[in-house]
Amino acid sequence: MTTTLEKPIESLRTLPGDDVRAILWRFADRYDLQMLVQSARGVARGPVARLVAEGERLSHDWTARKNELLKAYDDAGLTSAFMGPEHGGYLDGPKNLVHALIVFELSWVDAGAATGCMAGDLALAPIHERGTQAQRDFYMSHACPKPGEKTWRGAFALTEPLPYVGVETGLLNGKVRIAEWKDGQEPLLQVDKRGRFITNMGYANFVTAAVDTADPKIKSSCMIILHEDDPGTWDRGTPTKKLVHQLSSTTDPVLSLKVPASRIIGGYTIKDGVIIPNYSHGEVIEAVFRRTRVTVGLMTAAKLLSAVEPVIRYQRGRFRGGETAQPGSPRYDLGLQTKEDVLHRLTDIWATGEAAASLGFYTARLFDEIDPLERQRDASFRERKLTGRAALKETQRLEALAMAGKDGADPLVKFVKLDSLGNVFCPATKLWNTGHGANTMREAVSLMGGYGITEDCPGFLGHKWMDAQLEATYEGPEAVQRRQLSITMTNELFLAQFKDWIPGMRAIASSHPGTGACTLATAMQMWLWTLRHLQEAKDADGAKLYTSNRQGVTFPLADALCWLLAARQFILDTLELERKGPENPTVAEGLAGTLQFYMDLCHVQSARAAGEVGRICAELVFGYNRHPAWTAESCSACYLSDDLDALEGLIPGIASSARAYTDVTEPGQEHADKAGPCVCFENMEAFTKMRMRMDGCLTGARLAKDRAAESLQKVMIPEALDYPL
Amino acid sequence: MSYQIVVCGSIVPDPLQTLEPVAGPALKNEMMLPSVLDPWAWHSLFEAAHLAKNVAGSKVYLVSVAPKAKLQQVMMTVGQKAPFELIAVDGPASGFTDAAEIAPLLADAIKSIPGLDQSKLLVFGGWESASRGAGSTMQIVGELLGIVNQFQGVDKLTVGADGSFEILERIEGGKHQVSKCAGAPAVLGWATGSLPEPPNNPQIGMQNMRAIMPALQKAKPTKVATDAVKFASVALPKQQRQTKIVKDMPADEIAKEIVAWIQE
Repeated sequence: MTTTLEKPIESLRTLPGDDVRAILWRFADRYDLQMLVQSARGVARGPVARLVAEGERLSHDWTARKNELLKAYDDAGLTSAFMGPEHGGYLDGPKNLVHALIVFELSWVDAGAATGCMAGDLALAPIHERGTQAQRDFYMSHACPKPGEKTWRGAFALTEPLPYVGVETGLLNGKVRIAEWKDGQEPLLQVDKRGRFITNMGYANFVTAAVDTADPKIKSSCMIILHEDDPGTWDRGTPTKKLVHQLSSTTDPVLSLKVPASRIIGGYTIKDGVIIPNYSHGEVIEAVFRRTRVTVGLMTAAKLLSAVEPVIRYQRGRFRGGETAQPGSPRYDLGLQTKEDVLHRLTDIWATGEAAASLGFYTARLFDEIDPLERQRDASFRERKLTGRAALKETQRLEALAMAGKDGADPLVKFVKLDSLGNVFCPATKLWNTGHGANTMREAVSLMGGYGITEDCPGFLGHKWMDAQLEATYEGPEAVQRRQLSITMTNELFLAQFKDWIPGMRAIASSHPGTGACTLATAMQMWLWTLRHLQEAKDADGAKLYTSNRQGVTFPLADALCWLLAARQFILDTLELERKGPENPTVAEGLAGTLQFYMDLCHVQSARAAGEVGRICAELVFGYNRHPAWTAESCSACYLSDDLDALEGLIPGIASSARAYTDVTEPGQEHADKAGPCVCFENMEAFTKMRMRMDGCLTGARLAKDRAAESLQKVMIPEALDYPL
Repeated sequence: MSYQIVVCGSIVPDPLQTLEPVAGPALKNEMMLPSVLDPWAWHSLFEAAHLAKNVAGSKVYLVSVAPKAKLQQVMMTVGQKAPFELIAVDGPASGFTDAAEIAPLLADAIKSIPGLDQSKLLVFGGWESASRGAGSTMQIVGELLGIVNQFQGVDKLTVGADGSFEILERIEGGKHQVSKCAGAPAVLGWATGSLPEPPNNPQIGMQNMRAIMPALQKAKPTKVATDAVKFASVALPKQQRQTKIVKDMPADEIAKEIVAWIQE
């Protein structure tokens, strides 16, 4: 089979600007967000970059200079971006994309600054998502900067010292008990909480803390708001000796305070003399993290894309000033870019960054769509008094309607459909962007040579690499995300939508063969087949494969899915650029070259994704079967070399062809020199066919990589970085 | 007394970008490169906003001739700095356009401002530009508007209690000339002034954008005849870098070295 590819008319002329990004990430029609981007960029490439360049990251303490960042965030409208106009903010509607854009801009320079900027919103998020109206009004207003008024800063305290630090968010050492409860008065609660790795704690005025009940008169765990002036101990604790994200304040606080029960987030009821919090801490953090984790994923995406310009500049200028590189020579003009390897590796970094950004921004937009629907669902359930099992049954009914394609206009049906996506895309963004992103960031550092691991590396790439590891860890480490995915990705409503995307990708491949969409469609098909197979299959000992404890099965399959989702979103964004690019004259001018480059990157990313999926699926499909051994029975099933030679006279060619298809025992051997008889692919034909097909689908992927690499040699870059070194 | 302060200002390529002249003449990929408001116009806008803030009832207008798609991009930052109303003319912003061609467009745009009152009119702008720097645009605009009180290289404007102006203009030898003027109308071509760049304020931005976006949409496309000017050749200034990087060197020694270098 041969395919003819037309020679590209143009290659990428300049690095993609704001207009390209706004189309890709679907905010070209939102000037409020475009302004916010500029505002956040001003802070990132101004005060934040100066602090990094001047070595302020070298201290664990929250210094006066670091503290100046808070004012910079306030002045630039980043703090108030989370609040609605009713609380003093200036942006209406859901804030997921808003957060995503702020975080992306800040992380372009320093993700610690992004964490510090967003940590206040994380503290407010439990109140925003599950607080009572009175709590929302009070805290959102007080945390919104206003001239002449003190701005309240919050910290979110969930994680604790050992034994529960990190993963185990379901168990808590922090306790709440009743301190005093006078007749007819509001109960007074004693809260004891030790935190670990609590961001913003160096200056927080209030804390939203997760605590478990230690009193039979309080029914469940809850989240509760603590103030710095509450009676008791408010010890901010020592600064955490973290190696990363040093532009955020992180300490291990000790809090032991008396607070009124009205501080329980979401309120409470009293039944038979027992306080029943309206929301357990688990219910609150589930609502919070499924949104905030998306922005963490975008931090790493921003780092990867921010690495492109400094790496290109370094590569091109590598030999300038030396005796051997005279102006006008390829060595002078292109430097290291005369070597294919560095170009190919940078192509991989760029493709990963774009795919990660596409995945993250899609997920942020998805939650913007989900938010109002979720509120409608909550209101509807509340009105109909649906809780517990009744709520679950109603959700299942709605899911069945969505599966059947009925009542699509019903907001509740729409909600369950989108929610099933959100439950997958959120952990996928967090897992893939930060995990694979951290690995890819190491590649970016390596492309800068020894310079990469110095403090003055342009673009602060060494810092970014280290920071990426924290992003892979906080707000739920990789194991937590894999665990969540292993459950949510088997939701039939999600799988039904996933299945529909496969022909969608084929259709795109038909109109845009250079995107790698066909490769991806085959990989998606393989992933789905493998999941279905593993859900039914058993291992060599007869144990079921797809079970919750079998993380060797479920986790790799979750990893594989992430590759697919990221590559697919990247393709969809590139098609959006093709559709909307001509409408904007600043994009239209070089659109042909930009599109060619982006489609090549898509192809590269899809091929890589397919490779990963093929490897993982093949390991899982075959890996749990025991390899056949050389038993007397299996040895006797082999042809003997002498017998074949004898048959050669009767059936010409049998001696050579038999060796290609089965095991042959040579003279003097008991059996062939290998682990055992070759594995028979019985009942696996569908998989092996798909595997072969997918390998063939990789055709052209490396040509795309060559083209993208060539673009990297030609693209115009600015004279210098727009932030200090 | 209140003022109608009209700031004339266009866009120039971001100074960090690589600028490569190509036939036309034009700059390679200029439309795709990020732009900023011309730095001198930028300063005059801050001065205008500062004056309007201190003189109740005053209003700032920004009149700009530029490709409107590029101008929209730039407004995402500029629009957050100070309250103003944009009057956009969709035309070229290239450094290869002559002052004599741009000035009439600016003057016409200023005349089109509803309720324009010559007795309150202050026309601000840069005394030169990062893209051309002929230093003549503001003077021609003033003449076309019939404003004879013109000041160039302005660093400071002080409004007296009687409404008169005291103006510091840059002159040779690093000195300032102090001029007095009875009041509006006047044209002030600003140098750098002394005000810092205001921080971004998205609230102001949101307010401005409600009028900026419609102004951009209704910006009239204008062609500029370039036949009158011929460019014989275009080249980038040669880079001359005599940089020496030193660390921990006392300031006295640095000063001695510089003096010695000057005396060479």
